[in-house]
Amino acid sequence: MNRKKLNELDPSFKEQVARQPGGEGLRVCFGCKACTAVCPIEPVDKRYDPRKIIRMALLGMKREVLEADFIWLCSSCYGCQEVCPQNVCFTEVMFAIKNLAVAEGCVPPGLAAQKTLLKQHGRLYEVTDFENEKREKLGLPKIVEHPEDYDALL
Amino acid sequence: MKALLYLGCTVPVRNLNYELSVRLTARALGIEFLDEEAFGCCGFPAKSLDSRDSLLLAARNLALAEKRGLEVCALCNSCAAALAEAAHLLDHNPELKKDVNKKLEIIGLRYEGPVRVRHYMRLLWEEVGLERIKIAVSRPLEGVKLAPHYGCHYLKPSELTAGFDSPDLPRTMAELIAVTGAVSVDYSTLKDCCGGAVLGFSEPVANALAAKKLEELSRIEAHALVLVCPFCNVMYEGQQKKIAKAMGVDIKVPVVYYPQILGLALGLSPDELGFKLNRIKPAELLKMVEA
Repeated sequence: MNRKKLNELDPSFKEQVARQPGGEGLRVCFGCKACTAVCPIEPVDKRYDPRKIIRMALLGMKREVLEADFIWLCSSCYGCQEVCPQNVCFTEVMFAIKNLAVAEGCVPPGLAAQKTLLKQHGRLYEVTDFENEKREKLGLPKIVEHPEDYDALL
Repeated sequence: MKALLYLGCTVPVRNLNYELSVRLTARALGIEFLDEEAFGCCGFPAKSLDSRDSLLLAARNLALAEKRGLEVCALCNSCAAALAEAAHLLDHNPELKKDVNKKLEIIGLRYEGPVRVRHYMRLLWEEVGLERIKIAVSRPLEGVKLAPHYGCHYLKPSELTAGFDSPDLPRTMAELIAVTGAVSVDYSTLKDCCGGAVLGFSEPVANALAAKKLEELSRIEAHALVLVCPFCNVMYEGQQKKIAKAMGVDIKVPVVYYPQILGLALGLSPDELGFKLNRIKPAELLKMVEA
């Protein structure tokens, strides 16, 4: 990693993360790396290292975290959360970080598409007559979409 | 007992074998499911975008259940966890509930709570129980070797699953398999994450996660991998061919849903239980059962 100049860091970043729902645990990490040890992603892709992400956030490396592709690799398995001796709830911290990235305009295309689907159909998959006819043949009740509620809420 | 059946987004369009077998086994064991046609997405897919939106969508479903005065039974591990987490947050945080209700008002709903949310497996475990299932088994699955896969959100966070099962030493699924007369296999990748949540961002990473379990199960020759989550199904059944090709190996692990197995043991037919819709056919298992 390139050397960073101190004034390129944003010391308020950790507070921004901590203010998000679920982000407050970030402050109490003492760096034991239990999270990384149980993470199923880290052995497959070394860029996703929970302890390193926490250190980066605490140091104020806002751009390097929010603009990184690797923050989207969390599988939300909650393994880190179970082993943390400090109750950091890192899976929740990652959601807080991803929420901030989205607010800064860093949205993976797949996720943006999911939001559109939710607003248009209230579900992740559109339910057409084709699906409902198939369901009817099997004696299953019809699925009705309620996009108006989702459009109003999102 | 009565509960509202919460199907989520994936099951009612892509996993009809799961839905069919859930409805039939529930009926056979005295669980009365009612449908709520206004249910929609649980909110979990929106959590990476905005946790507040995710909570709001979950609360919408909880409010609908509250209007019906019934508890919710979910079939997807992520739906069950997202709805249970939302209920837990709202029931323990009056300020948050007030904020959420202000927004729900726009669509004419309100959540007071509590509303209970359980996965179908938890209903089987807690409401029916092993003893009653054992009595109802008319066709024990003798000689069948099955590998359970709980899935992450079945067991974690333990704050939500306490009193049901343990993330370290899970047992409910193994025992629910054993009660059908089949052997539940213990294996080293039992607690692996399927990788489903990463599939949309990095297919190679997601596949690498699922590959370990498929490789082990292929080696130990389990008759089928048993799932209770459509997310895990996307990885282990939907991606299996691609994974085998990427690894350059000949993997073929039949994938079934637990209620299909339970249904067989209760004497229901493979057709009724939607086995025609399983994409990697558990041919040997069905042959043994029908023999």
